Amino acid sequence: MGGYIVRRLLYTIPVVLGVLVTTFILLRLIPGDPVDLFYLGGQDPSGTVSFVVTPSQQSAYDALRREFNLDKHIVHQFFIYLWDFIRFDFGKSIRSQRPINEIIGDHWPATIQLTLAGMGLALFIGIGAGVISAIRHHTWVDYASQSFAVFGVSIPSFFLGVILVMIFSVGLGWLPAISNGHGKELILPGITLGTAASAILARLMRSSMLDVLSRDYIRTARAKGLRERAVIWLHALRNALIPVVTVAGLAFGGLLTGTVIIESVFTRQGLGLQLISAITQRDYPVVQGLVMLAALLYAGMNLVVDILYTYIDPRVRLVRASV
Amino acid sequence: MSTDALREPTSATAQDPLELRPPRSEWQMSYRRFWRHKAAVLGLSILIIISIGAIFADVIAIEPEETFYSFDELQTKKWLPPLTDGHLMGTDDIGRDVFSRVVRGSRVSLRVGFFAVGIASIAGTLFGLAAGYFGGWVDQVVSRAIDVMLAFPDLLLAIAILAALGPSLVNAMVALGLAGIPGYARVVRGATLAARELVYVHAARAVGMSDTRIMLRHILPNVLSPILIMMTLGLGGAILAASALGFLGLAADPPTPEWGSELNLSRAYLRTAWWVSTFNGAAIAVTVLSVNMVGDGLREALDPQASSWAR
Repeated sequence: MGGYIVRRLLYTIPVVLGVLVTTFILLRLIPGDPVDLFYLGGQDPSGTVSFVVTPSQQSAYDALRREFNLDKHIVHQFFIYLWDFIRFDFGKSIRSQRPINEIIGDHWPATIQLTLAGMGLALFIGIGAGVISAIRHHTWVDYASQSFAVFGVSIPSFFLGVILVMIFSVGLGWLPAISNGHGKELILPGITLGTAASAILARLMRSSMLDVLSRDYIRTARAKGLRERAVIWLHALRNALIPVVTVAGLAFGGLLTGTVIIESVFTRQGLGLQLISAITQRDYPVVQGLVMLAALLYAGMNLVVDILYTYIDPRVRLVRASV
Repeated sequence: MSTDALREPTSATAQDPLELRPPRSEWQMSYRRFWRHKAAVLGLSILIIISIGAIFADVIAIEPEETFYSFDELQTKKWLPPLTDGHLMGTDDIGRDVFSRVVRGSRVSLRVGFFAVGIASIAGTLFGLAAGYFGGWVDQVVSRAIDVMLAFPDLLLAIAILAALGPSLVNAMVALGLAGIPGYARVVRGATLAARELVYVHAARAVGMSDTRIMLRHILPNVLSPILIMMTLGLGGAILAASALGFLGLAADPPTPEWGSELNLSRAYLRTAWWVSTFNGAAIAVTVLSVNMVGDGLREALDPQASSWAR
């Protein structure tokens, strides 16, 4: 057991290192470096254009290059980046000179609240609809929730958000179209974000539950005279949840990235909006820091899910320990 | 077909009516299963209509590609509601016919979708085949690269690649394609590992067939159905992702009639003219929905064991 967790933790290290290398290389593939692009400003970003640093700018240009270590060898740059990362220092914005840690500190609550709202909704609707669908197999309830599942993964979240705003903000005036806080302001964005994930979970939950309900131990539970409610909620659900846990971990990544879109729809001042404006302003250190943060959160979530898994399903522990 | 078979000069076994029909191949059975799937057939029909719309966009669109109106004309032209003056879907803030732009948008979205899926599936299949077939260090390198790429959640890898390449429609296509590679590579690698041990693959190796030939002739057909399923469902995902990038302002530039960016721009006058946002959004939803229905049907047709318990 302990051995498995340790091995799983060790496995995370090369992946994080790989992510680090990837983000580092990716943003150095850009034509010109961040400082060049900063001087290029909003001009033609194709990168092939020649631009001239005027003599009056030269010293500032050199200073900026030094400040972001761009005058050093690329391998040297990587080790500086790595060392900063180990100390949880994500660097600073090339535009505003603000430390990225400060940007993250200011904007993470909006994003995490939204992600959790979406996750909560997805788990509630997904598991609920999936179980009911399986119990009422081949009835109109089942067909309705199946249609919801297909529809939910097909509708773009931003379109759903716009529809909800049209109905509940513009039409009825019940809920705000612009969202920054929590409570009432989180309802529309949460629904918008969570719909696709709840559709995926509902579908998986249904098939998993149907599978479990056909097992012998469920027949045994019924045969010994247990009430149907106890059979479903105590015996079947626990087993049917096992595959759903893994997918819920993957869904977390989808929700985390989805906040980029949802924050755009509801002008929510979270990390997603920061990422988009950093991309359009070519503020590469910020892009790098935020992408890295999301990848780390995702890796952390998957780690938690995998460890959680061994508690829910002891068989995993045994099988994986023997490999 | 059975009557033809009956007229044929008979051999001894052909007398038996059960022997008249040649046994169906795996693919024929899948074909029949697909056509029995009502949602898939419906999805395919919608998709064919959308594709025809995309191919003949210039004929179907009632308005020339770049239409501009003077300020005075605009007063009577802009924000016309649907079904006025022959504008099926109304007009937008600068008097352009929304229907024409939505039809042209299908061209953009389908092109992006097919290119992205093309890049991802071809590259992913090659990497997966190589990793699964050769094993050893090739497998190690490919598998670790897959792990790292899959460590980025969902759309984020595409966004990061797009940030490096610079936001544009072509780059969005490339970014979505590259970000899709690890998914295919992983599935193909797994399927190849299983196919590698098939008896006829061993036989092919024994008679001295080249590795490339074995991979393409004997292993690829075995891994084709998961690839096809992934490609169809991936097409829906790519169209959805591309429109999301468009919505975020990272893909198409304004004059391009891309559904996502149109939806984003028209949000500004949602109160005045809801139809511009609605029709562009609906176009994405309908297209992705029909692709997904085809994908579901295909999965049940090609992989009945895996989906039979999903009833």
